[in-house]
Amino acid sequence: MRRSKGVPEVNAGSMADIAFLLLIFFLVATTMDVDTGLARMLPPWQPDLEQKDVDIKQRNIFLVLINSQDRLLVEGEWGDIRQLRKQAKEFIANAADKETLPEKENVEVPYFGNYPVSKQIISLQNDRSTSYDMYMKVQNELVAAYNELREELAQQKFGTSFDKLPEDQKKAIQTIYPQRISEAEPKNVGGNK
Amino acid sequence: MAKFSRKGKGGMPGISTASLPDIIFMLLFFFMVTTVMREVELKINVKTPEATEIKKLEKKSLVSYIYIGKPKNKSLGDEPRIQLNDQLARISDIANYIIAEREARNEAEVPFLTTSLKVDKETKMGIVTDLKLELRKVNALKINYSTKKRFNEL
Repeated sequence: MRRSKGVPEVNAGSMADIAFLLLIFFLVATTMDVDTGLARMLPPWQPDLEQKDVDIKQRNIFLVLINSQDRLLVEGEWGDIRQLRKQAKEFIANAADKETLPEKENVEVPYFGNYPVSKQIISLQNDRSTSYDMYMKVQNELVAAYNELREELAQQKFGTSFDKLPEDQKKAIQTIYPQRISEAEPKNVGGNK
Repeated sequence: MAKFSRKGKGGMPGISTASLPDIIFMLLFFFMVTTVMREVELKINVKTPEATEIKKLEKKSLVSYIYIGKPKNKSLGDEPRIQLNDQLARISDIANYIIAEREARNEAEVPFLTTSLKVDKETKMGIVTDLKLELRKVNALKINYSTKKRFNEL
């Protein structure tokens, strides 16, 4: 007997079916969602400093309070979430050099030369029963205020959008508008948790 | 009628399906590479709030997740709970969780670790504040409030 023509060829016709099966499995198992969010840095934990109030001039602080009913108090007056961005921008930039808005200090910034940088700081305080949704909305508006100012400056100085600038030019703009949002410990004024 | 049958007789040459497996394999590889398997099974309901100024969370391997929301299991009550990995946890477990996450990573990567907070929008800030305080104590300062993209105006 002769084993003649070698091994018979394996039928590859079902290869496509097998591949299909796997393909369908991965199709079903795939989640394509990208995680997005607001990136923030927390202040470092310094227990001994915690009680001490750092001395900052009143005019340099933009105080935003959110109470337990999710209502806003902006600089001592009832605020509206839709106005907050505008108010924050006005405060940060202080374009008119008003007495009540933050002081400015001339800082040597690359690309800009000697530029008056405002000593602004935004203080955000909330109650323990403030809803997370409202808190996030306010945070978003404040970050948006900074982003819009940076964008405007980028357009005015370099003629392109802030996202497209090279690293060092971004740095320069960030030096002029540094993001300073302080998230203070909440006050429990709204009663129960 | 006759017209049709005549045409049918000539017949179109069949399209070769020999390359079909190759095409399928190509698709298969694409999905295999892009697939991220879901790591945790959520025991709580999390519906993140919406925002406009969002950034993409880069380098998924350097992110540890903390979930807060109301338990799906009604017998566990209505209070928002924290979930770490696959189980519900208490606020005091956060420190250990962060330390464990750090140990699982390369030492050089530790400063770049980000904590992603996936918090349900119905949650009250009290528990979130406690969480932030706890994170500050273990020096995990880089956080990301997970939010979805909002398209409409406020």
